[in-house]
Amino acid sequence: MNRTLVIGCALLAPIVALAAVSLAWTPYGPADTTGGRLTPPGAAHLLGTDRLGRDLLTLVMIGARTALTTGVLAVAISALIGVAGGLAAGFAGRLADDVLAAALDILIAFPALILALLVVAAVRPSLFATVLAIGLAMSAVLARLTRALVKGVLAQDYITASRASGTSWPRIVTGHVLPNIWPALSVNLALQLGLAVLAEASLAYLGLGAPQPDISWGRLLREAQATVFTSPISLIAPGLLLAMLVAGANLAAQGLRLAADPALRVTR
Amino acid sequence: MLAYLARRTLLLAASLLVASAVLFVLLRLLPGDAATTLLSLDADAGQVAAVRRELGVDRPIPGQFAIWLDHLARLDFGRSFVSRAPVGEEIAARLDVTIPLTLMAFALAVVIAIPAGVRTAARGRSWVLAALTQLGLAVPVFWVGMLLMNVFALRLRWLPAGGFPPDGWADPMAALACLALPVLTVALVMSAVLVRYVHSATLDVLDSGYLRTARALGASFPAAMWRHGLRNAAAPVVPILGIELATTFVGAVVVEDVFALPGLGGLLVRAFERHDYPVIQGVLALSTFAVLAAGFLADLLQRLLDPRLRRSIAGSP
Repeated sequence: MNRTLVIGCALLAPIVALAAVSLAWTPYGPADTTGGRLTPPGAAHLLGTDRLGRDLLTLVMIGARTALTTGVLAVAISALIGVAGGLAAGFAGRLADDVLAAALDILIAFPALILALLVVAAVRPSLFATVLAIGLAMSAVLARLTRALVKGVLAQDYITASRASGTSWPRIVTGHVLPNIWPALSVNLALQLGLAVLAEASLAYLGLGAPQPDISWGRLLREAQATVFTSPISLIAPGLLLAMLVAGANLAAQGLRLAADPALRVTR
Repeated sequence: MLAYLARRTLLLAASLLVASAVLFVLLRLLPGDAATTLLSLDADAGQVAAVRRELGVDRPIPGQFAIWLDHLARLDFGRSFVSRAPVGEEIAARLDVTIPLTLMAFALAVVIAIPAGVRTAARGRSWVLAALTQLGLAVPVFWVGMLLMNVFALRLRWLPAGGFPPDGWADPMAALACLALPVLTVALVMSAVLVRYVHSATLDVLDSGYLRTARALGASFPAAMWRHGLRNAAAPVVPILGIELATTFVGAVVVEDVFALPGLGGLLVRAFERHDYPVIQGVLALSTFAVLAAGFLADLLQRLLDPRLRRSIAGSP
């Protein structure tokens, strides 16, 4: 464990804990409006209540669950499509590879948030639509990376040697290609987790995320905008947790890379 | 160089065509169309068909695309399904906000990032910088906007909290005051990304033999950096700038929402909610063109800065 990885995990841990606890217990129900409107933080409501009288700590805890779920599922979709696409392009013949590479370049020219907007417009807004949109939008970047990594591995002598000794292509993929590209891929997946969480918050903030009753930090922040004066904590708490989650994921990614490659002493 | 320019221009044109085709098909495949948005829920099938015919969305998709491309070539983006106003005019009216916002934020981000990146690379590792860039990468841009608005507009009352003068740039100071916080918001977040690239490019230069030689020959550090370092450090950063310009645009789109600015962002979000295809297409075609053009210019600039790129690779772009 290096220091970067430790800091990253330390930032992630409280959020994972909040989300885990929220599965079993929250101080109040997410729809309980019994706390009085805009109660300041106190013993009954550690973070106070929002303008509907809902307990802010409860909302923030459930928001942590939404953020983590979105992040993990979006990265899973991105990994599934991106790695498969990248592998296909890496192994494909010259023409198919050129076409795929050009298509990826064009997809990457669309900013991810705009691609996500397109997908959200296609499906009715829901948490699933958000996850799908973000996962698809991110998969192009991952596919391009995978393709480049696969090409690098396939050019190595040990692949030629392995082929010469009669290893089948599927075994080369599982035995040589995937293990060799995994370190670089895993770092990128961790980075994408942060990006996915940010994208989900942005969509929810713009009012294009999962609708009520789903709770997201992005929508909590949108709602906080109206009550900034009376209740600054409702603006600070979700944003701070969001920053912790994303920074934690980014630092953990860097830490993983440092751990995988000791030659990288200087962080760049 | 000429052959490269020709090939790169051809690639740019091809990407544009493919991108607009992808956009067009994707948007047409979406469920729910403008006819149902325009009419009330209890409209009968005949009314829906009539509106669909009037909007031209009942024709086969390739036919619609050909018409759209033909109009696009004449800079005619069609009419909004909802407001019936020409999309070109709707967009033009909002560029007054979005273009200055994007360009000023981009310029400010570069002005912050270059000295910060070079300085910290020269001085060795800085914990403050590392923490600040991590923070900049981790915070959502709209949250930064809300915090800045809360402090500088609502509490200190130095700057307006949002909105834009209805007569646009007629009073430049008023317009600038409205854009100050949005520009700062986007620039702060962007510079956190940029400073890392500048930092690592500078470190590469600092490691280089030519800089050590220049120092050994008696050039002071700033002189050596200025004559030999900066241009070498700039070469890998320039293509990143092309990409970052696109990111700045997206940041601007979201931040416009925070500060209630009448820019492209608001237009786009509303158009998405109402399935207003011509508006979505117009805005996205324009922004895609801008992104691809920025990449094109960045590539050219990189070639001008780095003569090695002009010679070595004959085949690849």
